[in-house]
Amino acid sequence: MSDEGRFRKIGLMVGLELHQQLNTSRKLFCHCPTVIRDDKPDGGFVRRLRPTQSEMGAVDPAALFEFQRKKKFYYEYYNDTTCLVEADEEPPHNLCEESIDVALTMATFLGSSPLDEIHAMRKIVIDGSNTTGFQRTAIIAMGGKILVGTKEIGILAISLEEDAARKIADDDKENMKMYRLDRLGIPLIEIATAPDIETPSQAQETALAIGLLLRSTGKVKRGLGTIRQDVNVSIKGGAIIEIKGFQQLDMLSTLVELEALRQERLLEIRDALHERNISPKQISSEPTDISDIFAGSSSKMIKKALKAGHAIYGVRLPGFAGLVGREVQPERRLGTELSDYAKFWGDVGGIFHTDELPGYGISAQEVAQLREAVSAGSQDAVVIVAAPMGKCVDALEAVVRRAREAIEGVPAETRTPLPNGTTKYARPRPGAERMYPETDVRPVKITPSRLKRIRKNLPETLDSKEKRFVKDYGLSKDLASQMVRSLNLLLFEQIMSEMEVPATLLAVTLENTVVSLHRDGVPIERLEDNHFRQLFECVTKTEVSPDAIPAILTHLANNPTSGIQDALDATDLGKIDTTEIENVVREIVEDRIDFVREQGERALGGLMGVAMKRLRGRADGKVIKKHLAAEIQRVLTSTEE
Amino acid sequence: MTLDDSGYRGLVLEKLSAAGAKVGDTITIDHQGREYVGILMPRAQVGRDPDHVVIKLVSGYNVGIRLNELSEIHSIKSGRKRKRPAEKTTSKAQSDLPTVSILSTGGTIASKVDYQTGAVNPALSAQDLYDTVPELKDHANIHARIVMSVFSENIQPADWTKIARSVSSEIKKSVDGVVIAHGTDTLGITSAALAFALQDLPVPVVLVGSQRSSDRPSSDAAMNLIRATDFVGHANAAEIMVVMHGQTDDTFAYAHRGTRVRKCHTSRRDAFQSVNYSPLFKIDETGIAELSAPLLRRNPDRKLKMKPKFDDRVTIVNTSPGIKPDVIDSYVDSGYRGLVLAGTGLGHAPEHIHSALKRAIDAGVIVAMTSQCIWGRVNMNVYRPGVEMLEMGVIPCENMLTETATVKLMWLLANTKTVEKAHAAMSECIVGEISMRTEQSEYRIQSEAC
Repeated sequence: MSDEGRFRKIGLMVGLELHQQLNTSRKLFCHCPTVIRDDKPDGGFVRRLRPTQSEMGAVDPAALFEFQRKKKFYYEYYNDTTCLVEADEEPPHNLCEESIDVALTMATFLGSSPLDEIHAMRKIVIDGSNTTGFQRTAIIAMGGKILVGTKEIGILAISLEEDAARKIADDDKENMKMYRLDRLGIPLIEIATAPDIETPSQAQETALAIGLLLRSTGKVKRGLGTIRQDVNVSIKGGAIIEIKGFQQLDMLSTLVELEALRQERLLEIRDALHERNISPKQISSEPTDISDIFAGSSSKMIKKALKAGHAIYGVRLPGFAGLVGREVQPERRLGTELSDYAKFWGDVGGIFHTDELPGYGISAQEVAQLREAVSAGSQDAVVIVAAPMGKCVDALEAVVRRAREAIEGVPAETRTPLPNGTTKYARPRPGAERMYPETDVRPVKITPSRLKRIRKNLPETLDSKEKRFVKDYGLSKDLASQMVRSLNLLLFEQIMSEMEVPATLLAVTLENTVVSLHRDGVPIERLEDNHFRQLFECVTKTEVSPDAIPAILTHLANNPTSGIQDALDATDLGKIDTTEIENVVREIVEDRIDFVREQGERALGGLMGVAMKRLRGRADGKVIKKHLAAEIQRVLTSTEE
Repeated sequence: MTLDDSGYRGLVLEKLSAAGAKVGDTITIDHQGREYVGILMPRAQVGRDPDHVVIKLVSGYNVGIRLNELSEIHSIKSGRKRKRPAEKTTSKAQSDLPTVSILSTGGTIASKVDYQTGAVNPALSAQDLYDTVPELKDHANIHARIVMSVFSENIQPADWTKIARSVSSEIKKSVDGVVIAHGTDTLGITSAALAFALQDLPVPVVLVGSQRSSDRPSSDAAMNLIRATDFVGHANAAEIMVVMHGQTDDTFAYAHRGTRVRKCHTSRRDAFQSVNYSPLFKIDETGIAELSAPLLRRNPDRKLKMKPKFDDRVTIVNTSPGIKPDVIDSYVDSGYRGLVLAGTGLGHAPEHIHSALKRAIDAGVIVAMTSQCIWGRVNMNVYRPGVEMLEMGVIPCENMLTETATVKLMWLLANTKTVEKAHAAMSECIVGEISMRTEQSEYRIQSEAC
């Protein structure tokens, strides 16, 4: 069955939410620059966040849980690039107009309808990533679509939101999370698609297409962490799983595929449990203290835990024998999912289960005693955990909850992506998001004249730019595609508009030559735009041969303060004039006059090598060839006479 | 909420009325070929407007739609009144906990957000307080009472009288302490007023506020309220104080003397600073540390002396380059009885208003001098114009805050038999509002220096 057929059969539905950092001069709600920093912060402060009572009801359970743990948050700040707004010590400033313009530009690209009046909202988030306890966000436009291949993917909304503070570390001893304020407030544009995506590869193509459009605005940040995606995946009979903060675009199809697989496998496990006639009610065992069984255990982990005064608890999962060890994703079993719950709700290091025991130093005899202690039959699985008593109970109660959900199928969750495209449990899916108006910020009216200005100044999309590069500049399709996606695009366009350079030579230099120099260990990061500009000025004036480019760039990279003339002098690669070429060519031909007479015009091939070696880089190969051919011709003609 | 106070005007109001839509109803808007469905929101809080209607989409986002003559609105579902879940009221009094009265006057320390409309409503009852700060019941048995519900910039001298009387009646119930929730703008001024109005207190009375409203997860309200409650329940002190965040961190609070505290920042949590004086106590999770001795110690048998009247014919005049004598004249002509001049530097005013000041004093108006510098003591002996004003009868207020001096003059004019007595009392310390020594550490405008 084709991929498409297979995924259609399981009813795969995927929706994407792309979050892209904007490269604006200020943050979304204050006038700080949008700079991420790695140097030492100037100071920090400690805060706590409390879940506020909502008149609409529910407090986010995970948030409440964190609060009850008396979690503290430490925020690091910089005096010169963060201010009191990020510290939640000053009300927000008005929405950044530049960001709104970028969102309106995207709306025009995607055929979305801009709202007439933009209202900032507060979305409650109390994991500490926002000093305020909420994230400010606003819808800018709704509707629209993007064509991916032949498939139309609907756009739900285009929003602006403030990026969260950057998590730096966990200080478990102080029960504190450390964040840095540099990222907090950087404008993010969020583009949410409808769940129209039906295959993993379509998901990746959609993300790429939207990403390219975003870059077309010329106002987005580049580099690691500047684009993040939330991926919503469900299959028929499964549940909507929200995978948050995925950054490896090239792995997106793998991520979707593995989540579809996970849901299929969980449904198989559900079916197996049904066949065994297991109902959620049966899974009601209380965690039991089984420390005694392990008093003389030779398992290192168990010994260490007991020595630290911890307890060993076990719980029976009726009918789960053989299922806990079943793989749901590569290297991840149902047991791993149970373990995720134990870690999150019980704050323990992990669990053991009978599908993997005896093992880890736990003996067959201990397993038998363990089964007896919790009255587990051969169809049952037992999960054990070693930790302080309270944590053991919390952890195993969470395991029981998760096991109960296995009978229903796939629990709706928010999950965290792992590097290989699999995911782990992050937290329960929050209910309807608690949002209320950000009354500290005035709404922004979008006037018809503003929309007119946006339409008039619409940047060329990278897609049409690519086509234009092929048509007008004669770049190959591949090179054009590479060029429009490159960080050097702006430089390429500037140099093309400033001088008469062969476009392919320029593109190849920027995209390929530099990369291969990098591979050879040349410190290309020291090359500046101006180096390239000077170099190509010389190329234009035929002072430098294209063959000399790598050597000149290498010199400039090693001596970034020296100018192009220094480089030419140092490398002796300044182009020589025609007379000198003629002299060299004549010398070569005269030295090998017998060879030339013997070979006739075929001598050209052999002598070309010699000439190139003498003149390498200082003259264009084509020019050398012309002169050489002329000289050979001259010699042959004179011989015949 | 009716449409009339929903913030809509003009065309939008007409169309909404015609459709019979009320705030909270689900409505559809057909506008330029698009249909929008959402819950009708009020817009008073985001600015009145005749053109844009605000609805909440299913996603929770609010959006504004600009209407024109052709737009159509239909009300499709009326909003349900949401019933608040009936919660078990106030838990039983715990005998090992102190009893604390919490009086509410307004402000954001106790407020709840309506997530539908975004309206922030004051939480006023004891139950509301327990709802917003559930831990409170572990710190004290609370008696809660609403005295008034006003933004603090609207508080009038007559309100101080009302608050003072309410405090007095709480103290008569033999509570261990009183907490007054108050908006922060004029919190330091009310605290100074109460310090004069309520003397010889048997138990501590503190004012508390919040710089971030309590509907926000990051609010300072809960910590300030809990620290204040703990403090009045246990501290061995009996005077009017202000308890607020000590630094930007959610770590400790200071208790400041009511007459010596000033809001020194528009928005920071640690905006309240003791000026020309040390905070009296530092309060954190582990306990209360005394930094400077209080005026009186706790003594439940002490008899409260209440003098709650104020004469509001007193105001502050800031001197400035270009100030005209007629500013002074107009106050005198309007029957003002006292002027507090916030002068420059050591206590100076431009010489071209000196004759106007003389005229005021001759007319029986008390003129007192403080400094715009905020920190430091006035001294009018250093330069000749200062000496001339002293000779005229301008009263130097030592290191008293301008706002405190104003309140004090209002109080003196209402509670002394003669102008001479008021005049004399102005530069004397009554409730710790003046000190004759200023210590090195008492100048800190940088919170980091704390």
